Amino acid sequence: MKMDKQPTPLERFINGILPENPVYRQVLGMCPTLAVTNNLKGAMTMAGAVCFVLLCANVITSLIRDLLKPHLRIVVFTLTIATFVTIVDRFLAAYMYQMSKQLGPYVPLIIVNCIIICRCEVCASKQPVITAAADALGQSVGYAMALASIAFVREIMGTGMLFGFRVLPAVWPDWVIMILPPGAFLTLGLLMGLVNFVIMRLSSTNDKHAGGTA
Amino acid sequence: MNYLIDILLIAVSAALINNFVLYYFVGICPFIGVSRQIDMAVGMGLAVTFVMCIAAFLSWTVTTFILIPGALLSKLVAGFFVSPEAASKVDLTILSYIVYIFAIAASVQFVEMYVRRFFPALYKSFGVFLPLITTNCAILFACLTIMSHVAGVDNPADAWDLGRALTLAFFGGIGFTIAIVIMAGIREELDFCDIPQCMKGPAITLVVAGLLSMAFMGFTGVDSGLKKALKSRSVKNAALEMKIENYDVTSVPGTARAHMKNMIASKEHPCLS
Repeated sequence: MKMDKQPTPLERFINGILPENPVYRQVLGMCPTLAVTNNLKGAMTMAGAVCFVLLCANVITSLIRDLLKPHLRIVVFTLTIATFVTIVDRFLAAYMYQMSKQLGPYVPLIIVNCIIICRCEVCASKQPVITAAADALGQSVGYAMALASIAFVREIMGTGMLFGFRVLPAVWPDWVIMILPPGAFLTLGLLMGLVNFVIMRLSSTNDKHAGGTA
Repeated sequence: MNYLIDILLIAVSAALINNFVLYYFVGICPFIGVSRQIDMAVGMGLAVTFVMCIAAFLSWTVTTFILIPGALLSKLVAGFFVSPEAASKVDLTILSYIVYIFAIAASVQFVEMYVRRFFPALYKSFGVFLPLITTNCAILFACLTIMSHVAGVDNPADAWDLGRALTLAFFGGIGFTIAIVIMAGIREELDFCDIPQCMKGPAITLVVAGLLSMAFMGFTGVDSGLKKALKSRSVKNAALEMKIENYDVTSVPGTARAHMKNMIASKEHPCLS
């Protein structure tokens, strides 16, 4: 994105967590973000799957970057991603059958997850392997944190439980709407507003400090 | 009759009850990105519907004739190399994701070429949306749903035929269009509202989508109600026919109804199982 000054791998890793958080800042990869966040366990499995696919796809794309033809690159990206998604899907079906049933079609939908295609296009197709891998890890951590925050709010309000253990007292009236589809939209919208608010506050205080010291 | 009821139920369910955007969360990216003006939203919705139908046709054909175990083509080809018993067990469903992505990319490419050649005005209005559709999750989701109803069924007789697959794709696309057009209408009004700075853009769109999704939840149960109504009507017809065959036509009115009630109570009619 910022092509004028090349960030180091570490900067790229940190960038993925908050300043360029895939969910809150770039608004990418919405389908799994909304669909699998009605409990934390499912959200974390999804984040793991996305992390694996993103890392592998970024590394492979980075290795073959000199061979890519511009007009065919998107097809190459999607086929690379589809291969790794098939691996993840078979793995989940073999070792975590219940989870694979619960996630359902959203695991294969990782193929068209814009985060991965975007990272392949923006970073991996232009950078060496180490940078691409650091970028993939940073984006995955940012994605996992975003999923965790949404799933935390939704699960605790919708069922009063976390990871299946009861944390709220039994008097809590479970807000069933939070684990239904509307709850996903509302939670993500409000959390996104909150993140924007915090970032605006931070940047305005930074500006004040900068103005004061200068 | 049963087939028509099935088609109707699939259509209503795909377009309204289990709306692709508001229930399954697929196709959210264009839903947020391209819902600023109503005419753009209509164009996007129609393009998606069109590509979805083509991709559904391709994926149904490929799944039925090549991918599932015992499919016609794979059996034929494998028959040259291995014994017929082994050939009928060839299971290529592991390749399905790659094949679907290829099918979608190819159909988008063909649609783009066709529209550019024959409808230049339409091509201009679609603009950048057509290539973007390749990475629209709604289309892959339609393909996957069709696959789960073709390859995932235990009983081969339950597998969807082409008509059901196309109905799902077409009405799924219509549902997407409905959702994105309603959203565009709301967003055109939102431009005149005083929204807090931090909620502007995607955040407020998501909250509005949540309210829309709540409204669409009102359709829940329409399918089971519709099914009950339609099936009881067809049972009534069947009962009337039976009555004409087996009983005196001039018997007391209400016998048909009583007969139907008995049938429902004893659950002997095939429609009710």
